[in-house]
Amino acid sequence: MNLINYLKSKKMLVPLALGLVAFVIVIIAYSINGQVTQAVLASTIRQSTPILLGALCGILCERSGVVNIGIEGQMLLSAFMGFMVNVWTGNLFVAVLAGMATGALLGLLHAFMSVTLKLDQIIGGSVINILALGLTGFFYTAGLTTKGKLQPISLGFLAEIPLVGPVLFRNPPITFVAILLVFILQFVLFKTTWGLRTRAVGEHPRAADTLGINVFTTRYINVIMGGAIAGLAGAFLTLEAVGSFERNMTNGRGFVALAVMIFGKWSPLGAWGAALLFGFANAVQTQIQFAGTINIPHQFIGMLPYLLTIIVLAGFVGRARPPAADGEPYEKE
Amino acid sequence: MANKPVLESKNITKRFPGVLANDQVSMHLDEGEILAILGENGAGKTTLLNIIYGLYSQDEGDIFINGELTTINNPQDAIKKGIGMVHQHFMLVPVFTVTENMILGAEVSTAGVLNLKEARRRILEISNAYGLKVDPDAIVEELPVGIQQRVEILKALFRDARILILDEPTAVLTPQEIEELFDVMRELKSKGVSIIFISHKLKEVLAIADRIMVMRRGAVVGETFPKDTNQSDLANMMVGREVLLRVEKEEAHPKEPVFEIVDLSIQEPGQLHTVKNVSLTVLEGEILGIAGVQGNGQTELVEGITGLRSYNQGSILIDGKPMPVEKPRALVENGMAHIPEDRQKHGLVLPYPLTDNLVLCSYYEHPFVKGIVRNEDAIEEHAIKLIDAFDIRTPSPYIDAGNLSGGNQQKLIVARELSRDVKIVIANQPTRGLDVGSIEYIHRTLVEMRDRGVGILLVSAELDEIMSLSDRIAVIYEGEIVAILDAKDATREELGILMAGSRKHLSEEATA
Repeated sequence: MNLINYLKSKKMLVPLALGLVAFVIVIIAYSINGQVTQAVLASTIRQSTPILLGALCGILCERSGVVNIGIEGQMLLSAFMGFMVNVWTGNLFVAVLAGMATGALLGLLHAFMSVTLKLDQIIGGSVINILALGLTGFFYTAGLTTKGKLQPISLGFLAEIPLVGPVLFRNPPITFVAILLVFILQFVLFKTTWGLRTRAVGEHPRAADTLGINVFTTRYINVIMGGAIAGLAGAFLTLEAVGSFERNMTNGRGFVALAVMIFGKWSPLGAWGAALLFGFANAVQTQIQFAGTINIPHQFIGMLPYLLTIIVLAGFVGRARPPAADGEPYEKE
Repeated sequence: MANKPVLESKNITKRFPGVLANDQVSMHLDEGEILAILGENGAGKTTLLNIIYGLYSQDEGDIFINGELTTINNPQDAIKKGIGMVHQHFMLVPVFTVTENMILGAEVSTAGVLNLKEARRRILEISNAYGLKVDPDAIVEELPVGIQQRVEILKALFRDARILILDEPTAVLTPQEIEELFDVMRELKSKGVSIIFISHKLKEVLAIADRIMVMRRGAVVGETFPKDTNQSDLANMMVGREVLLRVEKEEAHPKEPVFEIVDLSIQEPGQLHTVKNVSLTVLEGEILGIAGVQGNGQTELVEGITGLRSYNQGSILIDGKPMPVEKPRALVENGMAHIPEDRQKHGLVLPYPLTDNLVLCSYYEHPFVKGIVRNEDAIEEHAIKLIDAFDIRTPSPYIDAGNLSGGNQQKLIVARELSRDVKIVIANQPTRGLDVGSIEYIHRTLVEMRDRGVGILLVSAELDEIMSLSDRIAVIYEGEIVAILDAKDATREELGILMAGSRKHLSEEATA
């Protein structure tokens, strides 16, 4: 009982319980059909990566008090720029950097609109989404493919562990970076000076201001960093997952990322859990369609992940409390 | 003078568009001194201190710290010079712990990583040194207001403040908490901290200050010592004319019950304070005051009885007639007037002109409509009549309510609510944040209404207001009415004790 109360007080009870259930299901599934289980789990990680990165972008922005619904657009334009730079230079690394730079630049644009111009942040985000959709649609050239794709890296003996190895320790670089970022950002937000100041600016900018913290700079930097992370998500799509660019290839992932951010209660670890859940639903959905044994129109099966997101958001999260000054431009007196 | 002033301002002038907020203000503060700056709202007290704290920059004038000419461009500069400020609205992040709030901006860290353990140790050290007890791990929003203020003071001390600016620190405190704050101030003074104390409450200023500086319309109008002055002199100096400090009123002649609250309870999940089994009866021609520290269910109670919030149990009656739940219009039509707590949020539509604000409860009735269109002539005539009758200072009935001063906004609400044919007035904090002149006016109007036979339910956190206006006083604590007293017999001390919930605790201990 004491343990339960302790976990409750640390708000760890629900995640742990869910994790335990998931673990048991995985073990059972693995003993029934190892190959499919491994495929589903690997696909879970793959599917969750761009959403996770998008959510991390959202967390940085909103923790500092800027609502960013332009993640979708940031991802899309970054995916395109990363792709084009790879086509031009043939270099994957440079291409990823180009993707991140694109995201960061759009972040700068968003910060300029919402922090300096104090524009309505929903409109600012929409501007970015429409801009990205328009630009990529206009410059899109059919038939191009990347010169190579980011390849999986095996982390030595860890990758040899059955099931866990291939799923967690044999992944392409951006996937690793995404998981690493979860822990880095969790630490930065809650254990460092920068994180404390960021959260203060998102909760009570005037208080931060009276203590000599520059609200504008803090917001700018967080939104730009977030943009770079969203850019990484874009680069993931073209350079790691697909190897080519398609019109509107983000397909709503930037918005799902926002849902995931809320589900994860604006914390990187929480968002990771939520992204995995969404990725898992997507993986199962794909698997069902591949197996073709269930006779349901594929459109309905395709809805599964979104439905799950709605149900989880509506039912299980409880009242998630956004940062108090989220979306409010700061005006000096 | 033996001591060199720790802080001195010379000829500070600050203009805002259309306003001269500070006009050649010169002041000085000595070491270990408590200087009170007294003035009405808009007298420029807060502007002056915001300049000293670096939130504004002055147009003209100089600031000297320890005799040295200093430029303060931002709060960081001020903090470095040993100035700490406790703002009227606390500058604390509600969801942070005490420790996190204390160190924000002055973090204890190694290579950017917070060292919370060391921070905690230093906080406890300071808290012990000055006798200000606080739990470093508590979440700020869960602390009582008095303790939050203590955190603010500690926050300044944590930054090695030697000059402490307290902006209206007593506005949110109970009488007991005010006493505690004064003890803290004396303790700080004995440790050599110099304090500037801003207030518009005469009694407090006389009780704690070593020296009093009075400001009016941006300028210093006088300086005096507590032993050389008294409340009415100070009030006259502050307002610039004779003011009546006491509310002049005759004996009340209460008649029949006009408004009844029967066993009302409001329970909302996750709410700290709710309303529990409140029963009150307001008679025609009396003022029933509800005294209590802010946040003890007054807001919920008033919202419940004015139809803005539903309740779980109980009923309300006007003239013996039961009223429907959460139907404000029905209440208005049955003769209820409501002067809400937050005049800007709930009392007025700020971007609407005065004309429209004055018909917010009656725009759909004759003579303000003709068929389905508004009767602009009648609305304008109505506005002109009320602006005149209630002495609302405005250049035109068509300017937006948001452009009026606080006092005039409140008069606007009072005009709208009390010009109707009302039987019961619910006045929640009717004079909060108003200057002495406007307070006098509102008080007089309420007493006039009472003498005409209207029932008045007055909710206020200002004990003085409750005591001087009410005929009977009910005390609310944690959502319950813990006592109802006759105003003639009630003493400050007794009310203070009741407001702090002591009687309840005593009786609970007795039964345990």
